[in-house]
Amino acid sequence: MCESSSSLAGLRRTVARIAASGAPADSRAGGWLTSGHAGFDAALGGGLMVGRCHEFFAADPLDAASAAGFAALLALRCGGAAPLLWLRTADSAQREGQLYAPGLAELGGDPNRLLLVETDDAKALLAAANDAVRCAGSAAVVVESRGRLPALDLTAGRRLALGARDAGTILLLLRIAAAPEPSAAETRWQVTAAPSRELEARAPGAPAFDLELLRWRAGPAGARWRLEWNRDEQAFREPALSGAFLPLVARRALEPHGAAAA
Amino acid sequence: MPAERWNRTAPRPPDAPLVFTEKVRGALRIAAVAPDAAALGLVPGMPLADARARIPALTVVSHDPAADAAWLDQLALGCGRYTPLVALDTPDGLILDIAGAAHLQGGEAELAIDAAMRFDRIGMTVRHAIGPTADAARALARYPAPPAPDEAAAIRRLPVAALELEAEATRALLRAGLRTVGDLASRPMAGIAARFGADAARALRRILGDEPSPLAPRTRPPPVTAERRFAEPLASSTHAMAVLAELAEEAAVAMAERGKGGRAFRATFFRSDGLARGIAIETGQPTRDAALVMRLFAERIDGLRDPIDPGFGYDMIRLAVPRLEALGASQLKLEGGAVHQAAAGELADRLTTRLGRGRVRQYRPADTHIPEQAQLELPAADAPPAAPWPNVEAGEPPLRPFYLFDPPQPIEVIAEVPDGPPHRFRWRRVLHAVRLYEGPERIAAEWWRRRDNQGLTRDYYRVEDVQGRRYWLFRHGLYDEKPGPRWYIHGLFA
Repeated sequence: MCESSSSLAGLRRTVARIAASGAPADSRAGGWLTSGHAGFDAALGGGLMVGRCHEFFAADPLDAASAAGFAALLALRCGGAAPLLWLRTADSAQREGQLYAPGLAELGGDPNRLLLVETDDAKALLAAANDAVRCAGSAAVVVESRGRLPALDLTAGRRLALGARDAGTILLLLRIAAAPEPSAAETRWQVTAAPSRELEARAPGAPAFDLELLRWRAGPAGARWRLEWNRDEQAFREPALSGAFLPLVARRALEPHGAAAA
Repeated sequence: MPAERWNRTAPRPPDAPLVFTEKVRGALRIAAVAPDAAALGLVPGMPLADARARIPALTVVSHDPAADAAWLDQLALGCGRYTPLVALDTPDGLILDIAGAAHLQGGEAELAIDAAMRFDRIGMTVRHAIGPTADAARALARYPAPPAPDEAAAIRRLPVAALELEAEATRALLRAGLRTVGDLASRPMAGIAARFGADAARALRRILGDEPSPLAPRTRPPPVTAERRFAEPLASSTHAMAVLAELAEEAAVAMAERGKGGRAFRATFFRSDGLARGIAIETGQPTRDAALVMRLFAERIDGLRDPIDPGFGYDMIRLAVPRLEALGASQLKLEGGAVHQAAAGELADRLTTRLGRGRVRQYRPADTHIPEQAQLELPAADAPPAAPWPNVEAGEPPLRPFYLFDPPQPIEVIAEVPDGPPHRFRWRRVLHAVRLYEGPERIAAEWWRRRDNQGLTRDYYRVEDVQGRRYWLFRHGLYDEKPGPRWYIHGLFA
């Protein structure tokens, strides 16, 4: 009797957790999109919060691939077999290049989970994003945009954030060639490509990212991390020191947008 | 027919006969004439200059066979109200297989009268005939025959031209004194085949009904249909959508009985003036959820460039399910897994309906070494099942970029030695100094697929510049293949 009541209590807990997060228990570990890097996740109270909107600004248009890769890796790290929705405008294939599935496979993601949605313009992009965030069952919704995006005003941003909260989905908003401005996002990041750890014979190593937390609704902003993607463990980690880094001051001088906004 | 189509769209002065012209060997010739022009002695094939010399006040329009074909197709869609088996008899005929369908209109004669009335209402003149076979009906409609007591006699009284043989064969028949189909039918078939060719014998057998004359219907009859007819035409689109929702429920019940679900749905709104408007949607997974189908229809109608116009009202609405797939009774998982998968599929369907088939895509691997061909981007609506991607070696950094440029973008490269890795490169007017590089990874052209057995080898380099950004560059051609090979950037690594 005692045994069955304890198992019943366990089931109740499971049901409560599902009801709270609106997602199956195996995906996204209890409402957080984690990076696998203990320090990073702990500093954010568990990771990127599910049911919220997160913005990733490429520090320079040339960092677009780094910002996109970071968002894709975060999203594909967890979520089981749930699809990753990637929304972009049709002309971005010309400017940024097309999403390359073999490259995603090389990063350790499963391209079969990728669902690409292309729209004509930014307005249709936001309309599609509104539908996508309201669809429970995606690992994440990535919206890739370029430029100022005037259609995404505070109201539109709030609507997206509410949609994500109601459906329990997570929206990763990629902003390329745009300056940070006030929005309804839970966190706002600036992503820069970081020099990789040099392999033998001067070969470039695993992808590395410089992250700066520009804004966080639930805590102090301004923290910086340098993370390296470890494909074999499917996690981010501290890059091993190689001494080949450029000094931070020199790198900052190259960055067009600072942490002024937010 | 071109003239009547034109009259629907553009007004013209009453005393200017209408002719259609097309360019034949550099000269404008008449391709078709309106009845009023024909009455003045203008015939197709006449040069336009001659016609103008005879009748200066001509309305000249360039002949547009594609528009005529589209218009005929529209008329065929409208004829779908009588029977699902409608075949086009280009350029200006429709053949309806009304076997077993005529009684719905009260009989063959009533059906013909109804059709003629509707065509008349949209300004089209029809000549119709009913025959035992498609070829016989077609011949009876196209060639004037003297009145006859029954169908068989009418066919026998048709001129031999109705067999539509080549001009030479027709002339030979006439020279032999055979003027009607009946004359020919009374001769032994073997003799006809020997003298006038096997084609003549086959045409004769078909018109007499001794040999089947197969019909190629415009669309195959869909396995599941639901339709509703109205005594009074329905003028409001809102009501029409409500009726469509009821039809979707009916179709869902019919599909559930068979254990099937629909992959494609087509709604046809028949207007009381004989025209019809068809709207089709597709789903990625078989479904019989009427609410979902209606959402997709609403999405499609919202996105239409020319909204549906009820005109004088709809007198019939039909919902057809042309594609069925097996769909068992579904059971939902306790923790909601099935619900979530269905939600993602539904989203893909909705976005496909709104943005177009090619705009919502999934990726599948392709077995080739050429990087830009190694992935297939397929519409999510009919992507094949997930396939495994090539395995990656543990411990290696990613060897393929996250973003790929297709076509690759040309760059200027400075290398230390001509054959060596890039030292500096300029892309989009920005100079990048290379810090780390790996390569070359040599990828040869697929000479076994190319007819000329040519193609340049590419030397790929993975490079990282001093800022830490990683690029995928290649030199197109080896130095012994081509003097001064160009450099390109092919992708960006994360």
